[in-house]
Amino acid sequence: MKLSLTPTDADERRLEIPGYLYSIAAVVALTLLWEAFVRYGAISPLLLPAPSQILLSMIKNFSLIMYMSVVTLLEILLGFGLAVVVGLPLGALIVFSRVARLTVYPILVGLQTIPKPALAPIIIVWIGTGLTSKALIAFAIAFFPIVVDTVIGLKSAQIETIYLARSMGANIFQIYRYIRFPNALPAIFGGLKVASTLAVVGAIVGEFVSADKGLGYLVLVANGDLDTKLVFACVLMLTLMGLVFYYAIEGLEALVLHWRVSDDGTGSGH
Amino acid sequence: MLAPAQPGVLPATVPLLTMRDVGKTYNIRGKRTSAVDNLSLDVAPGEFVSIVGPSGCGKSTLMMMASGLIHSSSGEIHIKQSRITAPHVDIGIVFQRDALLDWRTVLENILLQIDVRRLKRGDYRERAVAMLASVGLAGFENAYPRELSGGMRQRVSLCRALIHNPSLILMDEPFGALDAMTREQMNLDLQKLWIQNKTTMLFITHSIWESVFLSDRVIIMSPRPGRIAAEIQIDLPRPRKLAVRESAEFGAYSAKIREKFQSFGLLAEDDQ
Ligand SMILES: Nc1ncnc2c1ncn2[C@@H]1O[C@H](COP(=O)(O)OP(=O)(O)O)[C@@H](O)[C@H]1O
Ligand SMILES: [Mg+2]
Repeated sequence: MKLSLTPTDADERRLEIPGYLYSIAAVVALTLLWEAFVRYGAISPLLLPAPSQILLSMIKNFSLIMYMSVVTLLEILLGFGLAVVVGLPLGALIVFSRVARLTVYPILVGLQTIPKPALAPIIIVWIGTGLTSKALIAFAIAFFPIVVDTVIGLKSAQIETIYLARSMGANIFQIYRYIRFPNALPAIFGGLKVASTLAVVGAIVGEFVSADKGLGYLVLVANGDLDTKLVFACVLMLTLMGLVFYYAIEGLEALVLHWRVSDDGTGSGH
Repeated sequence: MLAPAQPGVLPATVPLLTMRDVGKTYNIRGKRTSAVDNLSLDVAPGEFVSIVGPSGCGKSTLMMMASGLIHSSSGEIHIKQSRITAPHVDIGIVFQRDALLDWRTVLENILLQIDVRRLKRGDYRERAVAMLASVGLAGFENAYPRELSGGMRQRVSLCRALIHNPSLILMDEPFGALDAMTREQMNLDLQKLWIQNKTTMLFITHSIWESVFLSDRVIIMSPRPGRIAAEIQIDLPRPRKLAVRESAEFGAYSAKIREKFQSFGLLAEDDQ
């Protein structure tokens, strides 16, 4: 035991509460504030329902919301999966081949400046209103960050590591396998995380344009019926889905990149 | 071509590395820079040769050409009497930056040599562990590079350059980024590894005392375009102890090199 604690030592002691408790406390406080604001502020539930009312609506419409969620989730996963399956190899190709870098890359960058939601109606005219068109819209919005981050990651290998591999007799495929690809993984995961949130946006945009099922469709229907509680219930469900998706990727990242120091602020009180 | 007495073993009189009238001109956006000009150099098997020279005189260029990683603009380079036109694989390289792969453990970083060369890991694991132990890294086999200090990381890259028993090691200012104390330890470790492995060494450094301490022969390069300005044979018994630096012979060798540098008008900034 030290006899005299400096003020900083005392501060360090008080901060031993785990970091995530702060986040949970903040969310709970905000929810309670919202509840009180609606209840005692005489706000019309048509404009802003209280959290408790949203929860009740969610329970009442549980099977409907679940059904619509599955539809939307499928669209998101399909679109995201397509973005990964197309984006990763395309990124690799752009780094690998000079011709691809000079032809494909500028076109991609050009296409990226098109606001994707503007394309949604055309995609639906071409493909129809089913699952495929929604997945394609999700894909169109989600895939660019995957390509860009794959390119950035593959290019970022330290030149010495590549010289080193070549002095070991590595061929171009071995350089990708042993150096460039593992080195690109942190950047690729960054791209995947951005893409996961964009895929959700894409699926909802598609459903807004034309659909007969899905959470976006349900939002429109509930809004038309002035059922604001159901609208909020759908939004809550979408948020939860997005969160779970995002953290699933982050979990995979932590597993794959276990050699990295985690510096996301949990644990230490700084 | 001479037939070696044993496969892979050259008679000591035949140089392991030969550079004949080698030159390198870089061409960047129409601007031509002659980095190395008309340089000839022989390194005998098992010899430890250091190259010292002012910054930008073409030392790294010289090393990259010797490894076949970049092409020379003129002249010929031979290793074990075969002409180098592509990356030469019977070598080990250490750069100033350790170039460890963050996602591989210490042991896996060393075994990268083995993986890329499609050799059996099992045949080299024991040797890798022993090499780590001999440079004071026993018990760190499964650590990741981020857990190591700069000196420890560079020791790992030394082991990686030696694990496959190459006939030539090239080092480009490998200890340039380390603090003075670590650097002295690294010099001792490198001498030990070199004596154990009897490898031919081409060692680039900025440090005069480092070159004298480690080498059989010190080559002094002139400012750009790099040419050989002088060669000094270092006849000090091995293994050398740090205290050898206080000896009169050591001082005389260092003085010779310094005088050569000063004849280029260099080292003026150091005694302002
Ligand atoms: N890739 C390159 N392209 C153009 N110029 C280069 C390149 N590499 C080195 N140089 C130039 O060649 C000269 C020698 O460089 P280098 O071999 O790195 O010297 P040193 O290692 O002795 O400091 C320098 O003038 C440097 O600017
Ligand atoms: Mg250099």
